[in-house]
Amino acid sequence: MIAYLIRRILYAIPILIGVNLLTFALFFVVNTPDDMARMQLGIKRVTPEAIEHWKEQHGYNKPLLVNRGVKGIGKITDTIFWQKSASMFVLDFGFSDDGRSISREIYTRMGPSMAIALPTFIIGLLCYVSFALLMTLFRATALDIAGVSLCVVLMSISGLFYIIGGQFLISKLWHWVPISGYGEGAFKFIVLPVVIGVVSGIGSSSRWYRSIFLEEIGKDYVRTARAKGLSELRVLFTHVLKNASIPILTGVVVVIPLLFMGSLLTESFFGIPGLGNYTIDAINAQDFSIVRAMVFLGSLLYIAGLILTDISYTVVDPRVRLT
Amino acid sequence: MSFIPVILWSDALVFLLLAAGMLVVSYVRQHEYLRLPWRRVAKNSVAMVSLLVLSLFLLVGLLDTLHYRVELKDKNAGKTVYSPEVLSVFDKLVEPLRLHTEKTYSAPLATNLYSKESVTDVSGNIVREYSRLQYAGGQKEGSRDVLRRALFGGIAGFIAAGLLIGIRRAFLHRSPFPVRAGWVQSPVIFAALSIAGLIGMTVNLAGAYHVLGTDKVGQDVLYLSLKSIRTGLIIGTVTTLVTLPLALFLGVAAGYFRGWVDDIIQYIYTVLSSIPSVLLIAAAVLMMQVTIDTHPNWFETAASRADLRLVFLCLILGMTSWTGLCRLLRGETLKLREMEYIQAAQSFGVSSLRILSRHIIPNVMHIILIALVMDFSGLVLAEAVLSYVGVGVDPSMISFGTMINGARLEMAREPMVWWALAAAFGFMLVLVLAANLFADAVRDAFDPRLNRTEGDL
Repeated sequence: MIAYLIRRILYAIPILIGVNLLTFALFFVVNTPDDMARMQLGIKRVTPEAIEHWKEQHGYNKPLLVNRGVKGIGKITDTIFWQKSASMFVLDFGFSDDGRSISREIYTRMGPSMAIALPTFIIGLLCYVSFALLMTLFRATALDIAGVSLCVVLMSISGLFYIIGGQFLISKLWHWVPISGYGEGAFKFIVLPVVIGVVSGIGSSSRWYRSIFLEEIGKDYVRTARAKGLSELRVLFTHVLKNASIPILTGVVVVIPLLFMGSLLTESFFGIPGLGNYTIDAINAQDFSIVRAMVFLGSLLYIAGLILTDISYTVVDPRVRLT
Repeated sequence: MSFIPVILWSDALVFLLLAAGMLVVSYVRQHEYLRLPWRRVAKNSVAMVSLLVLSLFLLVGLLDTLHYRVELKDKNAGKTVYSPEVLSVFDKLVEPLRLHTEKTYSAPLATNLYSKESVTDVSGNIVREYSRLQYAGGQKEGSRDVLRRALFGGIAGFIAAGLLIGIRRAFLHRSPFPVRAGWVQSPVIFAALSIAGLIGMTVNLAGAYHVLGTDKVGQDVLYLSLKSIRTGLIIGTVTTLVTLPLALFLGVAAGYFRGWVDDIIQYIYTVLSSIPSVLLIAAAVLMMQVTIDTHPNWFETAASRADLRLVFLCLILGMTSWTGLCRLLRGETLKLREMEYIQAAQSFGVSSLRILSRHIIPNVMHIILIALVMDFSGLVLAEAVLSYVGVGVDPSMISFGTMINGARLEMAREPMVWWALAAAFGFMLVLVLAANLFADAVRDAFDPRLNRTEGDL
């Protein structure tokens, strides 16, 4: 298993290099650093000196991929690509355009992101799975049909509507919790985003879990269990739920590490100072260093999620051996 | 008044899609085994009602795709000059809606403005009052007039649709083709009649009122909602022009050839899918933004700039969303290539290209179709979110996302301005719901695995 993990981690390196090359191509080849400097300084009345100064300040005054002016290893290392990418592999993200350390920002913003994302994830998972189990238990009855129809309608509603509607109903009309914000006594700020996050996922997730359960319930071992005289509830909860956990884990574990990143929409609507909000601000301010850092972090966490998924298989299914 | 037709990039792509769609339809019609699953879809009345709704949306979108520019009256040194404003046939059809702009907000079916303004009355005094709307109400007004118009319009639409259906039925019985039983079922007729009634009601009311109110700059919300349909449809369909070839060729090639081809293609899609898609889209759109901003001379009109941005958005969405389908197709091809008939073809010395085109691709078509119809609704919803984040369509382009974005902060007003948001969400819900229901029916009809489990139960 250790050897397998080491191989997987080594396999992640070329993928991360690929991600870096891709963002690099997006940011620096499509538009030259000069274009970016002009964007940042404003289109009008930009002197070449000002552009040079900006490029030097932000470390963009080097050749893109290959530095022909330097000998030896410097040919590769003394370039924008190396300078901006290599440090990311040791999680040093450099500085944003307003001069703050990105790593430090990520560190302080992780907390609020997790405070929203983790409860949403856990409560959501419990709700969706129990709703799906309920529909499976009453499959092919009016209750099931009503449930599925409800799911289809819920998943057809835009995520923006849940947020705007929820804020309006719960905060503005009923004054239960503040509309947005984050701070001391965080609980009252967390409730609304979590509830909305859970509700907005009910449609698609419950339907998906239901289809997994239905697929399991058609298998032979379920028939055997029933023939042995087990009650339908027992069949569903001990046998079907356990066997369905592999496809469920495939979809679920991979997003756990990504919870750090927070949700762009939720955080920006509720004014939560998390990583999602940070990313949106960076997109609006066109701060490429932050966007690149977040892309790198995102893909790193995604790969971590894939590895975690494999490990989780060995936990729920003793037949799975990682070699 | 003369005009020149304008074909924007997105228009050309829509026409391309339309042509491709017609080719597929005529091909399917000629082959009985391909018609079979579609007949299953046609028997499903929920699917047919959804299809009816979708085709109405499609009609609006297509009319809105035929663009032209009107000739201006004052000629520049003998040369004809065309207006910089790009209009569409749809704009022409609903010209009153487009031109009847008020000063600012007004509620649905209202006759007065939403906010008070200073007006000089007959005796010269300045008073603050809710001034009359310019283009709402007539000699008769009030709720009785609204009711009367709604009733007449509804009945007219109902009767017109009834006549059309009757004529169609009579025609079908006399046509040389066999009557397709089950095509027109009673729920479908009921839905068609009620939709026609609703349309008649709206049309009759829209002649004298702003049915869904007006927005901040006084534009009719109904007009904005109808214009948004084209943007949503384009995002949902043109994107497939990018995803389909990429996913099909790469997925099938990876599964069939294996070895280093498989390694490279797997590497590419792992890299792409490991980047959170919102971030990748944001990064790509930011870059496109810089490129467009630094090359203002590329575009003749504002519409063509907004349009190019839309096409690029589709391209980017396509680039980020082909990986899932590609993985599915690779898996399926890996399974298929071990089948006896493929091995037989290989041992007869049939070339790889021919095996792929004759034996593999036709057998993965159902996966492609299911994936495409399932993706559509997700893309329509994604547009709104992306526009909110600021990486969606051009702010000057009318879309559900820009409508929501513009109306979002108005919820805080007192009394609340809810109609623009409600209209955008309502139209989106209808479109996405119809697409989802139709996609479900298509999946049920085409998925061989699903049919088997149905047989078991």
